[in-house]
Amino acid sequence: MKNNNTDSRRKFLDKGLKLGLITAIGAIGLTKIASKLNAKNSEASTGKMELMTTDGTIIEVDSSEVMEMDHSKKQKKQEEQEAYDVREGMPNRKFVMVIDLAKCKNALKCQTACNKQHYITGEHAWLKVYKMQEDEDTAPYWMPTTCMHCDHPACVTVCPVDATFKRRDGLVLIDNERCIGCRFCMAACPYSTRVFNWSEPNQGEITMLMEMEHQTEHNSAEFAGLPSVKGTVDKCDFCPHTIKDNELPHCVTACPNGVFYFGDKYEDTVTNGEETLRLSELLKEKHGYRLMEGLGTKPSVFYLPPVDRLVDFKEGLESFTDYKSVDKPE
Amino acid sequence: MKNYDKLLNDLAPQKFGKKGVIWTITLIVLIVLGIIAYIDQIIKGQVVTNMNDYALWGVYISNFVFFVATSFVGTVTVAVLRLTKNTWRTPVVRIAEIISVSAIIMAGITITIDMGRPDRLMNLFIHGRMQSPITWDVIIIPTYIMVSLLLLYFPLLPDFGLLSKYYKDKKPTLSKWYGKLSLNWTGSEAQKEIQLKSISIIAILIIPVGFMLQTIDAWLFSTLFRVGWDSTNLGAYFISGASVAGVGALVCVVYVLQKVYKLEDYITDLHFDKLGKFLVLTCLIYLYFNLNEYLIPQLTSKKEATTHINVLLTGQFAPLFWFVIIGGLIIPVIVLLFKKGRKPFPMFIIGLLVVTGSWWKRYLIVTPTLLHPFLPIQGVPEEWRHYFPSLHEWLITIGTLAMSLLIITILVRYVPIVPIVRTAEEREELELNKNTAK
Repeated sequence: MKNNNTDSRRKFLDKGLKLGLITAIGAIGLTKIASKLNAKNSEASTGKMELMTTDGTIIEVDSSEVMEMDHSKKQKKQEEQEAYDVREGMPNRKFVMVIDLAKCKNALKCQTACNKQHYITGEHAWLKVYKMQEDEDTAPYWMPTTCMHCDHPACVTVCPVDATFKRRDGLVLIDNERCIGCRFCMAACPYSTRVFNWSEPNQGEITMLMEMEHQTEHNSAEFAGLPSVKGTVDKCDFCPHTIKDNELPHCVTACPNGVFYFGDKYEDTVTNGEETLRLSELLKEKHGYRLMEGLGTKPSVFYLPPVDRLVDFKEGLESFTDYKSVDKPE
Repeated sequence: MKNYDKLLNDLAPQKFGKKGVIWTITLIVLIVLGIIAYIDQIIKGQVVTNMNDYALWGVYISNFVFFVATSFVGTVTVAVLRLTKNTWRTPVVRIAEIISVSAIIMAGITITIDMGRPDRLMNLFIHGRMQSPITWDVIIIPTYIMVSLLLLYFPLLPDFGLLSKYYKDKKPTLSKWYGKLSLNWTGSEAQKEIQLKSISIIAILIIPVGFMLQTIDAWLFSTLFRVGWDSTNLGAYFISGASVAGVGALVCVVYVLQKVYKLEDYITDLHFDKLGKFLVLTCLIYLYFNLNEYLIPQLTSKKEATTHINVLLTGQFAPLFWFVIIGGLIIPVIVLLFKKGRKPFPMFIIGLLVVTGSWWKRYLIVTPTLLHPFLPIQGVPEEWRHYFPSLHEWLITIGTLAMSLLIITILVRYVPIVPIVRTAEEREELELNKNTAK
């Protein structure tokens, strides 16, 4: 009896397994057939559609030929699920900036907007417009500088505690909850872009805002590196809080002369809010360059030389202040 | 025991006299002032200093570099003189070891004073990254502290044993302490063998460790792009400069101790003569590296380098620069070349000059470079284009210097300055040689 029993049980299991396998294969096959049918089914033409190929040419296809690919859906979901990690940054992006020196009139709207949006209370603005003249014999020009967000950032190399870090989307940011205030990064940066909170920053506004949004973490996407912390280093952050929402950094939108272009190197496009240009062509045509290229820091900020300027350099002198970059409330 | 009676009488640690008490109290007052200033700095932030986003390092860092440099005296005198079998070193080595220990401990303390967030010190261990020169410093400084402490301690064992016996009836508690510290030293052959072996290992070990310490200190600067720091010369430059600072400090302390404790029988003119020659050698080597550092960039005259060097040679920092070069290096070399210049008192004055010069030299390495970045200084307050330490910075810096002197003072109070047992043995040997010669 016992033997029989186990035998029948075995048989049952065997059959069950086989049946299961067949159904599984069948199901896969069916879905495949179904998906193929699906694609062919919608033959009824609904119009033409313009698309861009990977090499940049525009092609026209029948919209019935277009269907959403499975993996893109999945990826989107994954991205949504994955919490936005401030240290990692956004996947498949590489943010760059182009600054057209030919257009800059030292209007300083960029600086004002930056100071306001980052609640800067120190003496040293993150964004500065330098009065530049290489030599007595060459023409002067205005040069706005932000953090260069270098691909070989000297500051990141020397940081002893990994408080300043390079993200995969190109941004160099500071974890001011970890920074020990040794200022080695400031000494390492050849662009003098880093500033230090020598005293309590007293950024009442942002602290209130964070409380209202129930944010206690400094390193959330909305408040990356904000507010400033006494005894730690700050610098231009390329506004991760705006680019996260597909908006441009504050300096770009504030500039009345369209000096700043912001974009994605992988997409090969940059925009100043008014015109959108192809990055590689722009740099080629206008002879784009980077500051102190010889140091090997590989900045993410490109400059277009100050050629064919429509305005006199002197016009900007009115708003030039040698000893001040942050307006303080009286 | 008989041979030791006179030696013990002369060399056993003595209680402070009136002057000693006043000296110690002065040091403590200075330290307390420094601590008060430091607490204020912690409360208000480093805004109390005159540092700014351009002069982002100041007197704290140059003072730190000075301490690191001075701590090199342990390596140069103890290890190098030992390996080259210079027997005259006996009465001065322990003083060198004491200075070394005090300086390197203070170096470790001063560097944290410069930190904006000393409360996050542990991050260096929690999140430490090997690629940062600061992490190398975090590793090498405690290593050097340990090695120099051992180098001070191992040769002390026989003396501690002797002192334990000496104080047995007079001061039982002190005797007990010395006995514990002597690790049951009896002077047996087996113990002597272990002790000698340990000392040679440490004496050899301290050479690479000392060189690494100075080099890493130089690399804190030369790994950066800044003009004046970005130099392949810097490691060797710092090592030679450290020898100058160390030997200079040694000369000063040796002179003071000889006078205060009346050690003329043990530390003689011969020792000053030898130390003087040694100091000349270190100064000459340092001058050579200074030439490399300043003359060659001036000849190729790259724009940034010329600006930097002109600020030193003829500009804002010229008085200080020439004081350091002429007062701190050239005059000492000239004076010490004469036999009369190597007498104790002139040596003391020269030693003070050298140490002062060495201290300001570090200031000149740190500050002018920072005030000449690649992009012009614009858009910041006018006073950010200059740097001179604030009252807080001076108080704290003087406090650290006083603290290092206090460490030396305390060690001198409880540790025999001149090795007693070793001196006795050497004298016996000398007697023996005399007798056999007869």
